[in-house]
Amino acid sequence: MDELKKAIRDYVVKEYLEEGDDRQVGEDTPLITGGIVDSFSMVSLKRFLERKYSIQIPDAEATPQAFDTVNSIAALVTRFTKG
Amino acid sequence: MAYSGRARESYQNELANLRDQGLFKEERYIHAPQGAEIEVEFPTGNPPRKVINMCANNYLGLSSHPEVVAAAHAGLDHRGYGMSSVRFICGTQDIHRELENKLTEFLGTEDTLLFPSCMDANAGVFEAVLSEQDVMIADRLVHASIVDGMRLCKAMQDTFKHSDMGHLEEKLVEHQDKRFRMVITDGVFSMDGDIARLDAIVALAEKHDAMVFVDDSHASGFIGKTGRGTHEHCGVVGRMDVITTTLGKALGGASGGCVSGRRELVEMCRQRARPYLFSNTVAPVIVSGALKVLDLISATTERRDKLETNTVYWRKLLTDAGFDIKPGESPIVPVMLYNAKLAQDVARDLFAEGIYVVGFFFPVVAKGQARIRTQLSAAHEKHHLDAAIAAFVKVGKKYGILGLGKNQIIEKYGL
Ligand SMILES: Cc1ncc(COP(=O)(O)O)c(C=O)c1O
Repeated sequence: MDELKKAIRDYVVKEYLEEGDDRQVGEDTPLITGGIVDSFSMVSLKRFLERKYSIQIPDAEATPQAFDTVNSIAALVTRFTKG
Repeated sequence: MAYSGRARESYQNELANLRDQGLFKEERYIHAPQGAEIEVEFPTGNPPRKVINMCANNYLGLSSHPEVVAAAHAGLDHRGYGMSSVRFICGTQDIHRELENKLTEFLGTEDTLLFPSCMDANAGVFEAVLSEQDVMIADRLVHASIVDGMRLCKAMQDTFKHSDMGHLEEKLVEHQDKRFRMVITDGVFSMDGDIARLDAIVALAEKHDAMVFVDDSHASGFIGKTGRGTHEHCGVVGRMDVITTTLGKALGGASGGCVSGRRELVEMCRQRARPYLFSNTVAPVIVSGALKVLDLISATTERRDKLETNTVYWRKLLTDAGFDIKPGESPIVPVMLYNAKLAQDVARDLFAEGIYVVGFFFPVVAKGQARIRTQLSAAHEKHHLDAAIAAFVKVGKKYGILGLGKNQIIEKYGL
């Protein structure tokens, strides 16, 4: 897993998994459809990405689909960093 | 008419999908006033049958109480049926303000404003008091109406892990650059029945300069020694900034809600909250009934005490029988089944045994957390609960789940 994906994965584990929840989060683990992140709490992930990578992700692009896996989130971040 | 065949077909497909996924909701017709025993027509078309109701929010058993009904009748005679106006045009009667004052006294706050429902109170309050410069920090399991209300507000949104004070503190520290911070939680969480740690939340909020909001819909009237709510239970009466609650559960069960709290925040709602400004006033008969409810529960704690006794008894019955329940003190007692189909099957069999309960599963609760939510009432007598446990045991045996813990149930039925 590259740096970007690892940073996203680590944030997801820290921010969304409860203590004692030993689910593994991999590059393709469904986060939203898998019930780890819900659309209500997703905003902090978006803000984390925007801050850490100095990007702006328009709300229209921050869809549950785009945020469903570490891979898809990484692709989104890459797209906006290249901007 | 522009309801094209394409539109109809599209909606029909969507509805069929809901059915296929087992998410289609159907009403059951009740041929009786709300109470411990009701007559339910189910499936539709069948003759109504008498069942013990264990899924109402009728915590204090006041929904059909003769004194409340009589007070509502008197209100109808003296103040009429409807007001045909929003509050600020010509929809505020003396009794509306009287009820607001009584709620203020009961909740131990500075002022109160009635809303058509608590859903409306939650939909309107955040937008009315917070702006872009502020942040809302909510427990992840707050009620859907709070989620909607937050979405209507321009303040930044954030969440903390359910009842996780360490995570909440991190968020409070992170957002010190904001003008105002508001911590948002339910008092009693409606799906798990657990009680928010309001004492710890208030302490953190005071340390990090934040306001505290609690939705006490599943607590007002019975949680705490005199039933004032979660803030009484946690010893923080007078330190809450906003309380929203409903008249539609313990407090008579008709309808209506309110925002109660700091004087200026309530006044901001009177000036700005859209569901207050643009929806009709609470009907006089409901206001009259609610006034009587507050009189009854302010005069004696008998009803909330009986509810507490019933709760302790029912939790013990389920535990002794070997059911896996969410531990706690509230009259919301979830019987954990984890598997969605199992929850539906058990609920259906219990109905056949004369016990009315409902299974809950994703998306109402998290995946793999399916359950039957039982709710106690002061209207329940011991014989109701004894009959209910006999049925639970019978059905529990049929599915072989008595004495099984979480992992064993999941092993047997899957997720
Ligand atoms: C926590 C909570 N808040 C608000 C509401 C909505 O209350 P009302 O029925 O008054 O709109 C409910 C009811 O389902 C609830 O459980």
